[in-house]
Amino acid sequence: MSHGSISACPACNAAPLAEKIATDITPDGAVILTLPTIHCAACIAAVERHLNAMTDVKSARVNLTLKRVNIETDSHVPVDVLIRALADIGYEAHELDPALLVQSEMERASRRLLTRLAVAGFAMMNVMLLSVAVWSGADGITRDMFHWISAMIAVPATIFSAQPFFVSAWKALRVRRLNMDVPISLAILLALGTSIYETNLSGEHAYFDAAISLTFFLLAGRYLDHKTRSVARSAAQELSALEVPRAVVRRDGHDKTVNVKSLAIGDIVVLRPGARLAVDGDIVEGTSEVDRSILTGETRPEFVGVGTSLRAGELNLTGPLLVRATAVGQDTSLHQISELVAIAESGRSKYTSIADKAASLYAPGVHVLSALSFVGWYLFTWDLRMALNIASAVLIITCPCALGLAVPAVTTAASGRLYKKGLLVKSATALERLAQVDTVIFDKTGTLTNGAPHLSRMPIIDATDLQIALALAMQSQHPLSQPLAKALKCSKITPALLEDVKEIPGFGVEARFGVVPVRLGRAEWVDALPVLGTASYMSIGDKVPVAFEFQDSLREGAKDLIQDLTSRGLDVHILSGDTESAVADVARQLCVKNCTSNETPISKAAFVTNLQLQGRNVLMIGDGLNDTAALTSANVSISPSSALDAARVASDIVFLGARLDNLVGVVHLAHQSQRRIRENFQIASLYNVIAVPIAIAGLATPLIAALAMSLSSITVTVNALRMK
Amino acid sequence: MEVLVYLIPMSIFLGGVGLFGFLYTLKSKQYDDPEGDARRILNGEWDDRPKSD
Repeated sequence: MSHGSISACPACNAAPLAEKIATDITPDGAVILTLPTIHCAACIAAVERHLNAMTDVKSARVNLTLKRVNIETDSHVPVDVLIRALADIGYEAHELDPALLVQSEMERASRRLLTRLAVAGFAMMNVMLLSVAVWSGADGITRDMFHWISAMIAVPATIFSAQPFFVSAWKALRVRRLNMDVPISLAILLALGTSIYETNLSGEHAYFDAAISLTFFLLAGRYLDHKTRSVARSAAQELSALEVPRAVVRRDGHDKTVNVKSLAIGDIVVLRPGARLAVDGDIVEGTSEVDRSILTGETRPEFVGVGTSLRAGELNLTGPLLVRATAVGQDTSLHQISELVAIAESGRSKYTSIADKAASLYAPGVHVLSALSFVGWYLFTWDLRMALNIASAVLIITCPCALGLAVPAVTTAASGRLYKKGLLVKSATALERLAQVDTVIFDKTGTLTNGAPHLSRMPIIDATDLQIALALAMQSQHPLSQPLAKALKCSKITPALLEDVKEIPGFGVEARFGVVPVRLGRAEWVDALPVLGTASYMSIGDKVPVAFEFQDSLREGAKDLIQDLTSRGLDVHILSGDTESAVADVARQLCVKNCTSNETPISKAAFVTNLQLQGRNVLMIGDGLNDTAALTSANVSISPSSALDAARVASDIVFLGARLDNLVGVVHLAHQSQRRIRENFQIASLYNVIAVPIAIAGLATPLIAALAMSLSSITVTVNALRMK
Repeated sequence: MEVLVYLIPMSIFLGGVGLFGFLYTLKSKQYDDPEGDARRILNGEWDDRPKSD
């Protein structure tokens, strides 16, 4: 999997231009770079040797698993110097924002879980060793001694290891709810309690092994679950960290790169071509074209000049601009949309996972069953000790060991499979929700399409004119010139020889062909009649100007994905902020009947909620800021890795790479995993159906409990691994 | 059966050594870069003693 394909990365755009600009952001001298191309021992050695040889670098350490290098520098070494140093020896490097990569709470939690798992595993092995001796016939004082030793190991180990269950059970009980951890905790505590009591009275049956192995198996399930999600999350986190929040600001005549947080209203921000604006502001100098698609979904670049207001998130295309900030940080329009997200978010938390549903059925059943057998045996024999023993045996045997593993084992297997395809599943219940989906809504710009135009119609002109067009297009970095040059080169055209070529930001390129003046650019600039849609215009001398028309190209695999979804009987909609003709065109190419255009962020979210009110389960796939609210209100949401940070945060699944057909089969896998989960519940219930009568009849022994527990756990795990 | 007096403490002790070994490796972040560590043995450059971190 490569992170190298991420295109919307300001750090990459900044790299070539940053040479002149002094950086004032490495306060503590700690730099983290991502190195997407390193892969071997020689790479590690080369990178570390080269960096350590630099005078300002204190130490550099490569982490190959994460494909990163951590560098400690004497502060005030510009990061660009390090990046260029690595480029010199042939390694692509991008800066990561260390603030977003600090060891998260999630990683610490998974380390704590692993510690508990290790302790439980150690204790389980030792206790089992002693239990085997008891099962194979040790009795009298030997058995008592073995039980006491088991108690000494199992009681502290269980109390330490099973804390996650106790904590979660207590949390649920405090708000008068039942979750799966309540019967688990009760079974563990009862098993320990009655076993100590029994051992004290030289009893025959002690369940120390059951208590500790129960803890071990359940912790293993929980650890796996935690690990898969934290792997997906840290990959998603790395995407966010790639966008180091920086801006170039002009103060006292000098350009300085500063952290976006330190910008204030009235600052003059320098916006280079290819950079995204971090503040709301008005242009004070320069002309250019801006791409507003991330905010509106509209693909056609817009002409801007002095006095035009720009909003945070907009992309500058052609000429350098100076922008006076009118709103920064929390007040930018970019940030205000996140409030919409917060509102929508509160709606989604209502979802109850299948595991919680099972627990709410199962937990009361188990407790009632155990209480009934206690009462029954007590009334039958008037023997309190025996009744209590049987009741706790029932609880231990019914304890949802397999049930606790049923869901995490499957989601771990499924998420692992998706991770290999480049899909990061961030939410634990994402697959469950995905399996219920019956309507899929796509955003157009940047999701179904690449968000980059390609030449769709060439004017009918003679070969010399095409040669001139190529020569002009090659001189410009404009997003329309580049695909034009590419398309013309592909049709084996050689560029004409031009003189006095100059690019006029915001307008186009002009030059002289012999004595004839030639121009390529905006319609009004070349005196052409504008056509519908996106186009670039060329005038040659006095000839009638011609138009090169462009269209946003579809992402590779978009058709396959839509076909896959419709063949599964899902309703597909396209919801876009772009113009009607552009949307209708894409819809026709993809054979999608339902499409709406000119949507605003709010109307998109409303569209989703409306469908949900009709009882639909909606999957939203989108990338722009205008989709964020809709992504959050949908039942489940997916965004590409090229999406804006806010959109990625709002979605449950992020896919890497540019191809959409990586998503083919996701819905199928979700259905399959739900089927496996249901099977797992059935298997677990089957074991209970067999074991519970034995326990209620008072015939259960610790050996039977251990067998039932291990067998059901293993079957459930193996069943989960069957997933294709 | 007297042999149990030695055997049980020994088995628990050995298990404990394994447990503390594991906890030590966990604490000293030896699982942070399994892939890189596996390749580093092929590296021709080495230090005479571990770097103090």
